[in-house]
Amino acid sequence: MKRTKLVMVGNGMAGARTLEELLRIAPDLYDITVFGAERHANYNRILLSPVLAGEMTLKDIMLNEEQWYAQNGIALHLNKPVVKIDRAARKVIALDGTEEHYDRLLLATGSQPVILPIPGKDLEGVLSYRDIADTEAMIEASARYKRAVVIGGGLLGLEAANGLALRGMDVTVVHLMPWLMERQLDRTAAGMLQRSLETKGLRFLLEHKTSEIVGGDGRVSAVRFDNGSEIAADLVVMAIGIKPNAALAQSAGLHCTRGVVVSDTMQTHDPRIYAVGECIAHRGTTYGLVAPLFEMAKVCANHLGRFGIGRYEGSVTSTKLKVTGIDLFSAGDFSGGVDTEEIVLHDAVGGVYKKLVLRNDKIIGAVLYGDTVDGAWYFQMLRDGQAIGDLRDHLMFGQSHLGNSGHQGQDKAVAMPDTMEVCGCNGVAKGTIVKAIKENGLFTLDDVRKHTKASSSCGSCTGLVEQILASTVGGAYTPQANATKPMCGCTDFTHEAVRRAVREQKLLSIPQAMHFLEWRTPNGCASCRPALNYYLRCAWPHEVQDDPQSRFINERAHGNIQRDGTYSVVPRMFGGVTSAAELRRIADVVDKYKIPTVKVTGGQRIDLLGVRKEDLPKVWADLDMPSGYAYAKALRTVKTCVGSEWCRFGVQDSTQMGIDLERKMSRMYAPHKVKMAVSGCPRNCAESGIKDVGVIGVESGWEIYVGGNGGIKTEVAQFLVKVKTAEEVMEYAGAFIQLYREEARYLDRTVHYVHRVGLDYVKKKVVDDPESRRLLYARLLDALSVEKDPWAERIAGAARHEFEELSV
Amino acid sequence: MKMNELSAVQEAATMQWKRVCRVEEIPHLGARVVKSTGGGIAVFRNAEDEIFALHDRCPHKGGPLSQGIVFARTVACPLHNWHIGLCDGKAVAPDEGCTRRYEVKVEQGEVYLLV
Repeated sequence: MKRTKLVMVGNGMAGARTLEELLRIAPDLYDITVFGAERHANYNRILLSPVLAGEMTLKDIMLNEEQWYAQNGIALHLNKPVVKIDRAARKVIALDGTEEHYDRLLLATGSQPVILPIPGKDLEGVLSYRDIADTEAMIEASARYKRAVVIGGGLLGLEAANGLALRGMDVTVVHLMPWLMERQLDRTAAGMLQRSLETKGLRFLLEHKTSEIVGGDGRVSAVRFDNGSEIAADLVVMAIGIKPNAALAQSAGLHCTRGVVVSDTMQTHDPRIYAVGECIAHRGTTYGLVAPLFEMAKVCANHLGRFGIGRYEGSVTSTKLKVTGIDLFSAGDFSGGVDTEEIVLHDAVGGVYKKLVLRNDKIIGAVLYGDTVDGAWYFQMLRDGQAIGDLRDHLMFGQSHLGNSGHQGQDKAVAMPDTMEVCGCNGVAKGTIVKAIKENGLFTLDDVRKHTKASSSCGSCTGLVEQILASTVGGAYTPQANATKPMCGCTDFTHEAVRRAVREQKLLSIPQAMHFLEWRTPNGCASCRPALNYYLRCAWPHEVQDDPQSRFINERAHGNIQRDGTYSVVPRMFGGVTSAAELRRIADVVDKYKIPTVKVTGGQRIDLLGVRKEDLPKVWADLDMPSGYAYAKALRTVKTCVGSEWCRFGVQDSTQMGIDLERKMSRMYAPHKVKMAVSGCPRNCAESGIKDVGVIGVESGWEIYVGGNGGIKTEVAQFLVKVKTAEEVMEYAGAFIQLYREEARYLDRTVHYVHRVGLDYVKKKVVDDPESRRLLYARLLDALSVEKDPWAERIAGAARHEFEELSV
Repeated sequence: MKMNELSAVQEAATMQWKRVCRVEEIPHLGARVVKSTGGGIAVFRNAEDEIFALHDRCPHKGGPLSQGIVFARTVACPLHNWHIGLCDGKAVAPDEGCTRRYEVKVEQGEVYLLV
């Protein structure tokens, strides 16, 4: 079959990223031809500033070298600007006469610098700052001349000025407005920035309007202002802004405003022609930063790849200045208005300024100077529209929980030396991560995880890895908005959308769900299949057949796989209470099967480690105890203290309460493991404060706490409600857990879930509304009614093939 | 001729097709372990009833691939989630490594392994 012909005009970051996305999802659909006006293949334009500053080389910033195009069968025409699109004949014509027919055309022509229409603008020594050629010209000029003037005190102008200063030039920045970077900074932050740049040797002329560039012998010699003054200059860099490069599209008769007008599917008014990147106008907005380009690329590739389900709905952008030694971050609406509030922290001596702008309890803008560590965190909340609520009190002090363990207590990536370990699970040092990001052109957390494994195991160093990513790629890093994050690479649907479809369409099997939701892969992956299996069973406990092949091995073998391939066996001991008979049977089993290690767990039970898989059913039979689910995303233990039966301080029978809770909820699968505890008095010896559900007995009843965590992310549980009776404890705890089971994303613990939806929401569903609570609890009991003890089933012969080896 | 080449030649000369089980004794998107002198061999069956056989050790840290989740023509190692290609035993990029592949065939619903 003849393949469809795709031609791309413009070979920058937006275009190349679109091709990468397209090749990933539809590798065989198109014959692709690319025209680039520059003589280089695709490079990381946002890193031109470090190249100018001498901190990186051209080689460091290449994203797709020429061999990448060759490897993917893409015909690449470098140094050939396209001058004409013939829409009737469906072909493009380059400056040198090269013609190419297209079935689909992708415009990614980017933007061009704005040049002031003043006398002298064409003199030798007057440059703009846009591409490699400009950068090289500046580097060359800096070696031969001394006096530079940069017109424009925005992001690009300041980065250019800094680079030229580092290359030994005397640099003056001329700016029309009363303070620097007025589109990103308020006056206070801009003042701090200016002082700090002045200590680096830059000079500033604010509120100066350039009227003429003066030349002698054809080369620039001075810059003159409208107040009559002038300063000498051997090099002038105009960095006053960019405008979309839409001339080509315009000449082809495509509808253009400031840029090429596109719809939410990245289509121009000619349905065969798509456009992405800085050349477009989308919903009246144009973008000059890199992060939105990636979102556009994804949507465009989805439609080019004929999946047809993505929509680009515009972006909120953030800015980070790439000047070494200066930390600056800005996002959203930082100036506020009548209906906004501000939280400000200003330490002039320490050089720290932070301003958060809030509206209706949500962050709508942020300016950070001097300490930008939490920029990505604030930006994430801004994009997610997350309510601040209780966080307000310590919002200014940042994300305190960043990395609890495994990285020596560090929570600031910039302060870490390259050799320091960031990911304690996989032994990945900071330098390794930075190197991988630079060498492979990584922009997302997922990419970094794939390449380095950092934060891919327990995830507690995720915040640190994000910081490293943000500081390495600068403004190109945008955390994925939580609300739109797809389940995995097999689909564009979010966890919530999938769960909704499962409920509303009554999807009853994984193949049926994948078919209905148009999964891209034939049978999913190791990440989405277990999630789907859980979602189906949670929504339809009576109708859905469990799919063991979509469960992680632990939940298929009903033991916990160990590093040598053997398994551990943890029988249930309700409330941590055992007996002589049970202990004798355990001891006999250990002897009979020569089990190498017997260990008391943190959850008040006994772990038998090193059991061979084929012995598991026999071990279970001899133990004659129910499964402790120590291997599953399910209820693990209910930890108890001895309580009022023995303890002289105890005011409630915590042991019996724990036993009752565990009996009721054992065999309960959940999005992740669930741990509970019951203490018999406020001394809280069962550590109820760090459990998913923690119960504390008081003289007049029981207090219930939820969303605590002791492991991956130490988090104190939040008070939910105080009740009087044991029956109420059961109903409230059960309703909370059912809410979590129905609404959390697979592999989110209760702490993550409660953070996401807020405690107020949980209270509304579980405490304030008795009918809602009753129904939740009833659904939990209904789901539990179909669960059988998996060990007993296997002792009776179920899934025998799982435990029997074959021989030849 | 070096020792290892010699033994490879000897091994090839003594290899023969041996019956393992019926296709349906291996679960869809699953595997069975076949005992052998050089460690276990994992025999996989995917959704299209294709059969593959690999040495049951992940090239990363030796995890038992037979216990992993199977999708398309890939298995995810249960220990650290490396993805291994069932056709060639190679780790999916950016991971690097390879585990041994065995010849396998199906005749009249019976699975045979060349060992």
